[in-house]
Amino acid sequence: MSSGRDVFIFSAGKLHRKHNTLYFTDEEGKSRPLPVEQTENLHLFGNVDFNTSLLHILTQHDVRLHVYNHYGYYDGTYYPRNSRVSGYTVVRQSEHYLDLSKRLVLAKAFVQGGVHHMIRNLRKAGEDTKAHIDTINARVVLLDNANSIPAVMGVEGQCRQVYYDAFTLLVKSNFTWVSRSRRPPQDPLNALISFGNGMMYTTVISELYKTMLDPAISYLHEPSSKRFSLSLDIAEIFKPLVIDPLIFSLVNNRRIQSKHFEDTDGMVYLNEEGRKIFLAAFDEKMKSTFKHRKLNRNVTYRYLIRLEAYKLIKHVIGDETYKPFKAWW
Amino acid sequence: MSIRGIEMHYYAVCKRKLWLFNRGIGFEQQHDRVEEGKVLHEHAYGRLDKEINIDDMAVMDAVDGEYVREVKISSKMEHADRLQLLYYLYLLKERGVEKKGLLSYPKEKKTTEIVLGLDENMEVLKALDGVQKILEGNLPRYRKLKVCAKCAYRDFCESGEGGDDV
Ligand code: SF4
Repeated sequence: MSSGRDVFIFSAGKLHRKHNTLYFTDEEGKSRPLPVEQTENLHLFGNVDFNTSLLHILTQHDVRLHVYNHYGYYDGTYYPRNSRVSGYTVVRQSEHYLDLSKRLVLAKAFVQGGVHHMIRNLRKAGEDTKAHIDTINARVVLLDNANSIPAVMGVEGQCRQVYYDAFTLLVKSNFTWVSRSRRPPQDPLNALISFGNGMMYTTVISELYKTMLDPAISYLHEPSSKRFSLSLDIAEIFKPLVIDPLIFSLVNNRRIQSKHFEDTDGMVYLNEEGRKIFLAAFDEKMKSTFKHRKLNRNVTYRYLIRLEAYKLIKHVIGDETYKPFKAWW
Repeated sequence: MSIRGIEMHYYAVCKRKLWLFNRGIGFEQQHDRVEEGKVLHEHAYGRLDKEINIDDMAVMDAVDGEYVREVKISSKMEHADRLQLLYYLYLLKERGVEKKGLLSYPKEKKTTEIVLGLDENMEVLKALDGVQKILEGNLPRYRKLKVCAKCAYRDFCESGEGGDDV
């Protein structure tokens, strides 16, 4: 459906515009053109010099620019002015935030979608995870009676805890796994999860950008927590659907190994080669397609996120009740 | 309430689209179709005055002497094209300018003259009333129409979870 590409720049260098073409010149002085017309997202991992004329050309072609820090974690986005604004949608989005009972419906739906995919990952790992699945199932029913956002978050946290406990059964490598550590990630698996979740977050931002939703109005996460908190909400569903299986497969097939990580002062992060391997696999996954039951045609995983945004719009404008995507296969 | 020409067109094609568009929920037509339209317009008018604008409500393709012209790619939605053009004539008449309309489908070598008579005037007024009622009401439910197949809103309208898994 969408023809846009993600372009990743890992090396340090300079981005500059010559006539109407964009060039990247690396430190050795080698220059190559970037296909700005076909690009939807430009990800800068290296230390890159540019000036505002780059931003102009990105605006012209409606390209998002995502910047990552030295460790590969998301810093921010240049988001060209958005022509798709619907004040009406924003007002209705707010209404679903302000009315707690309405907000709970959406917050719970995001958790349910995410937990569905966690269980799916466990199920695929075989018999050993049965106890974990049963425990999660017992916890997730508590959502029904949760009548505050912290209560919903609590159920989500419990399910996730059990899910992460099962990671030793899902990951077959010599990576040690104790528990989830976020800031900073303390071991390679945690580094992979953080990096992958960050990529999912920016991907959702990019898809939300193509719709009329205001990415700052969210339901599960507090709108104040991050600029694009709605992206965090929606990523809940897709992280266990896309990122975790990707991690299991890369690690279990030994495509990502200890040598792909660096360790500074107790902070572990993927090195450049590791990022390249991960991002190539991620990109491939997001471009791969499956048959959508409702549209009755093939859609990419990336487009699936857009459809999720459409469903959310339909929900807030009173058209059709939102149901989170749940992979059925 | 000021109704735009395109909204009159949508009214005749799909009430749901009219409602969504009016709320700022729009989806772009596929790229090639927009391009095709542009080229067509360049071709059709040459050096005629292009794009006559009435208070941002109606942007007419061209005014050519006593005629207002509108060119379209295909006549599949002729009834809607006709209503839109009648509406333009009506807006002009309200401003004291009386014109006739020419609706052309160059690809099909077909041009129709449109005149705003008494009946047509009534038709426009009735449509305006209809538009108003739609916009005051709730979003019309999705029901599959023939035009959905080519509509830019289709993925939006058809997004949702099929099947009945839990
Ligand atoms: S897809 Fe069909 S129902 Fe939806 S707006 Fe287009 S024509 Fe109307």
